[in-house]
Amino acid sequence: METGNFHHALKIREDLCIGCSHCMNVCPTEAIRVKNGKSVLFGDRCVDCGECFRVCPVSAIIIDHDDFNYIFDYKYRVALVPAVFTGQFPEDISLRQIHSVMLELGFTHIYEVENSVDVLSETLDAYISKNNETKPLISSFCPAIVRLIQVKFPALVDNIIRLKPPLDISAHFLKKELLSKGIPSEEIGIFYVTPCAAKIAAIKDPVGETNSPIAGVINMDFLFNKVYRQVKQRNNQSCAIPLSPKLSGKSTCWSLTSGEASHAKGRCLAIDEIHNVIEFLERLENEEISDIDFLELRACDESCAGGVLTTSNRFLTVERLRNHADSYHAKDEPVHPDAFRNPTSESDYLNERIFIDEVKPRSILKLDENMAEAMRKMEKVNRIMQLLPLVDCGVCGAPSCQALAQDIAQGEAKIQQCIFIQKILEQKGEMSLDDSIEVMQGIWGYGKTNKYRDIKGF
Amino acid sequence: MMHFEFQVEGGNFTKAGAASSQLKKILKQLNVDPKIVKRIVVALYEAEVNIVAHAYKGDIIIDIDTQKIGIKLIDEGPGIPDIEQAMQLGYSTASPSVREMGFGAGMGLPNIKNNSDELRITSEVNKGTIVELITYLNQ
Repeated sequence: METGNFHHALKIREDLCIGCSHCMNVCPTEAIRVKNGKSVLFGDRCVDCGECFRVCPVSAIIIDHDDFNYIFDYKYRVALVPAVFTGQFPEDISLRQIHSVMLELGFTHIYEVENSVDVLSETLDAYISKNNETKPLISSFCPAIVRLIQVKFPALVDNIIRLKPPLDISAHFLKKELLSKGIPSEEIGIFYVTPCAAKIAAIKDPVGETNSPIAGVINMDFLFNKVYRQVKQRNNQSCAIPLSPKLSGKSTCWSLTSGEASHAKGRCLAIDEIHNVIEFLERLENEEISDIDFLELRACDESCAGGVLTTSNRFLTVERLRNHADSYHAKDEPVHPDAFRNPTSESDYLNERIFIDEVKPRSILKLDENMAEAMRKMEKVNRIMQLLPLVDCGVCGAPSCQALAQDIAQGEAKIQQCIFIQKILEQKGEMSLDDSIEVMQGIWGYGKTNKYRDIKGF
Repeated sequence: MMHFEFQVEGGNFTKAGAASSQLKKILKQLNVDPKIVKRIVVALYEAEVNIVAHAYKGDIIIDIDTQKIGIKLIDEGPGIPDIEQAMQLGYSTASPSVREMGFGAGMGLPNIKNNSDELRITSEVNKGTIVELITYLNQ
């Protein structure tokens, strides 16, 4: 299978992988196979949703972020944190405590991603009423969903709203603010604290966008551990940072389920968790569903609160953020004189940079570019499917009989990998025992196939 | 040339759309232009729902080659007494209970016509209806 040139934050560490196939079985795009006792990722199929990361029992799947010390390459080190980061901490730890520890760790500025929600929200309303012939418009907020649509629902790419998510808008704003203070561009390092792998992939390899003002990415679980440990070790309440304006209720909840849909105009739906999204998009693509104006689709259950790099229970995170939102009063907090302004003060500048280019389909479903060849391959798949047991046991190293049949048709697997077929071939004398063990070891490695023999002392 | 057949059960709206879903999957694998896939799937879905809503049962026969996709839907059912009238936008004989499920707005046949390159309907009252539609791939 061809491996596209798409950046993936998810990596499988071969030295740690035990080839247990848990990841292969949960991957919503069937992007994983087991070969030689290790999981192998097909880059063109992966959408960086992180489902594999969640289930790996030995932490062999890693999310590749930047080295923390990389922040010190810059004189001005801005932590761009999403609201769910604050939601990770128990109620008795204040935002001030969290921020003061982050400054001690080396950041010079802290800014919450969702500060730019007001700018986006206004443009989004105008965008939806202007593009009312394309229905439904699909939010570009979740990068795993954008990639999922590209690979699995190519007919729907034109429905994706071509506006940047709050993350990118905030990054543009911060850069502008610091530049306007006379700080040279090369001294500004904006670091995003990410709750998931998909955001990293989107920053390192943006879809429909040429470059990102973000210098690096830090995994949320990593920073949470660092900050929480410091907070636990001492009781420092003091904090003298230039506070950024407190997030409004709407902004605080933007990354949660219904955060966008509850504010968009018209008939709106919010769907979270990638399998739910796939089920809905299947129906949408069939045009079984019509007259919806706006769709908010998120890959994780409870949206970003359920991101794969979060530590806190997602339902508690949601509760905390909703509490923060409820307790927000615009006049509550005095704004520090050095604080960043509200991005609405630069809405013209930001609106010039808010659009993304066309999102191109890159279907993983096609068996071949050429239709006649694809038909030959499909016939082959159908013939093979009639021979396979259809139990989807995964012993062949593919997630389903259908996936094995397609791999065979593409010349990437052999029918002898099927354990049911092996048994029959052995019985008929068409395959020797040694050969069938060799095939098994080609899939699962030596360790698993020799375990019984070695322990029993054969 | 590839050939597929599907059965449709009258009255079972839970399964309405199964054939169009399958065909969509097939056409995606064959690398057919997403815009053409959409047209075909919309037309077939409408025709499929028509069988579920009006007939007792039906068969869907699909033939695919590199030039065109031909779909034939044969049902056993009440038939259409006046095809010309049925082709008019907004005309529907669907029962109130069917309409409550979001079907039966009288958009069916016109929608099939709009989303196919050739459409032929023949019907015999109290016997059934045959809908044939063709979509060309290289246009």
